[in-house]
Amino acid sequence: MASAVFRPLTARDRMQPRWSDGRSARTVANEFIKPNDRLSSFERLEIYNRVYWFRVLDCLYDDYPGLRAIVGEKKFLRLATAYLAKYPSVSFTLRNLGQRLEQFLREEPSWTAPNEILALDMARFEWAQVIAFDNAERPRLTMDEISDTPPGRLRIGLQPYLSLLELNYAVDRFLLAIKKREADTLRDEASNTFESMPHLQRRKRPVRRPKQEQVRLVVHRHDNLLYYKRLEPEAFAILRGLQQGKSVEKACAAALANSKRRDVDWVSQIQEWFHDWSALGWFCSRAR
Amino acid sequence: MPANAFNNFNDYGIGIGLRVPHYRHILEKKPVVDWFEIISENFMVDGGRPLQVLDQILEQYRVVQHGVAMYLGSADRLSRDHLKKVKRLVKRTNTPWLSDHLCWGSVDGRYTHDLLPMPYTFAAAKTTAANIREASDYLEVPICVENVSSYAEFHASEMTEWEFLSEVVERANCGILLDVNNIYVSSQNHNFDPYDYLNNVPHYRVGQIHIAGHSKFEKYILDTHDHPVLDPVWKLYAHAIKLVGRTATLLEWDDRIPTFAEVHREALKANQFVEDQFQTAAA
Repeated sequence: MASAVFRPLTARDRMQPRWSDGRSARTVANEFIKPNDRLSSFERLEIYNRVYWFRVLDCLYDDYPGLRAIVGEKKFLRLATAYLAKYPSVSFTLRNLGQRLEQFLREEPSWTAPNEILALDMARFEWAQVIAFDNAERPRLTMDEISDTPPGRLRIGLQPYLSLLELNYAVDRFLLAIKKREADTLRDEASNTFESMPHLQRRKRPVRRPKQEQVRLVVHRHDNLLYYKRLEPEAFAILRGLQQGKSVEKACAAALANSKRRDVDWVSQIQEWFHDWSALGWFCSRAR
Repeated sequence: MPANAFNNFNDYGIGIGLRVPHYRHILEKKPVVDWFEIISENFMVDGGRPLQVLDQILEQYRVVQHGVAMYLGSADRLSRDHLKKVKRLVKRTNTPWLSDHLCWGSVDGRYTHDLLPMPYTFAAAKTTAANIREASDYLEVPICVENVSSYAEFHASEMTEWEFLSEVVERANCGILLDVNNIYVSSQNHNFDPYDYLNNVPHYRVGQIHIAGHSKFEKYILDTHDHPVLDPVWKLYAHAIKLVGRTATLLEWDDRIPTFAEVHREALKANQFVEDQFQTAAA
């Protein structure tokens, strides 16, 4: 039964007529499912096959509005089906359904051509939001606790809900525009019949694709609300260094070694950043 | 006084499922509700808003855990990692009992996220009962197993669904979460009399009842939880109360969720059937 449930549907959202070994699916279904006076064995099994795919595709559809906007609705459903066929859920919760999507898009970039890099950026950004929503928060380190240790020996962890993303496109602003459009569309359709099938939904007005630019982003939460914050290159490099386990001194030195900016009072600037990041609760002790 | 040995919480009355669209209303208005049922897996997370909301709810209300992914009927051993997460939540909620389904849903580490029906065999009953005992021992909280709605039956089955349910709960020595909507849905899909089902399960093990709405299609009925409770299900509920006594009852409404007030009003209709039965018995 499981192999029938997991097999992708046909283009018309029906169960495939052939079993995975080439036999007739009707014959195989007859072997273990009883028919009744209204439905054949195949049709009864098909209910589970369809419910599975509608459920998981709906979940990815909701979790990846940005990726969906980039590749288009129909192509997104084909991509999502291919992804879940290759990487079915291995978690008890649908929350984790997209955890290997980035890996899939790297392995099979043809699904997002000609926007491979943009799509990958968006998939990473949208997964980071899942993490930010409900990953753990470890006890915060305060500035006083940080100040007590010399920078050469001080190693700071970053909260498990925080993601550092180095992106090639301004997907943060693009996603905001997409969400605004979705909210507007929902308002427009509020009086109409709701259709739960994603591919039956109406055509939406297009949002301009994001321009190519280097964006360094922190995706995090504060007071249990989701935020994303753009960072300067040096600030991003320091946080990346801390995340990699470097001491504060080495993380700062490495970040500044690559900086082209000369007119900055780096001591004051770094103090200010650390103060802000501490206030946002990003620092914790390193996981053992 | 408990109506039966597995029903020590018959003062729980009529509860409703805690759902995201109602969070703000509940936290701001603090409506009077007997109890909330939570989907355990929605709160088996490490942090963030879900747990913040849950903690605020726990300050005001009684909460009972209902799981959808323990897969007690699975041929695989129960996931110890999953049980640990459930137990962590049990400690947080102090749930007086918890429930999950008489079904399977994962195989070889892959999850269907569905409540799949089982072949009603003695071997499956034995395996399932062992799983329930293991879960109950580990979690240190009474377990009620819920009958699922189904759309397929297996040639391999050796008994009816209600015989299978009875066999499992007797072997596991656990309670039953009797979903009367699921009984109705399955009775229509499999051509059996739902009253035969109700009459032939061990009533003294029923610790909780579920009611819900469903959707009728041309050739089958789907358990959609997106409508008010339909009349045939209310009639079954009335019969169930007559058989099992005053029992904690919960309305499930999971899709096309209306306002909190509408859901609560629908749930409280159950009181009428409970009181009718109570007065009849007293007379």
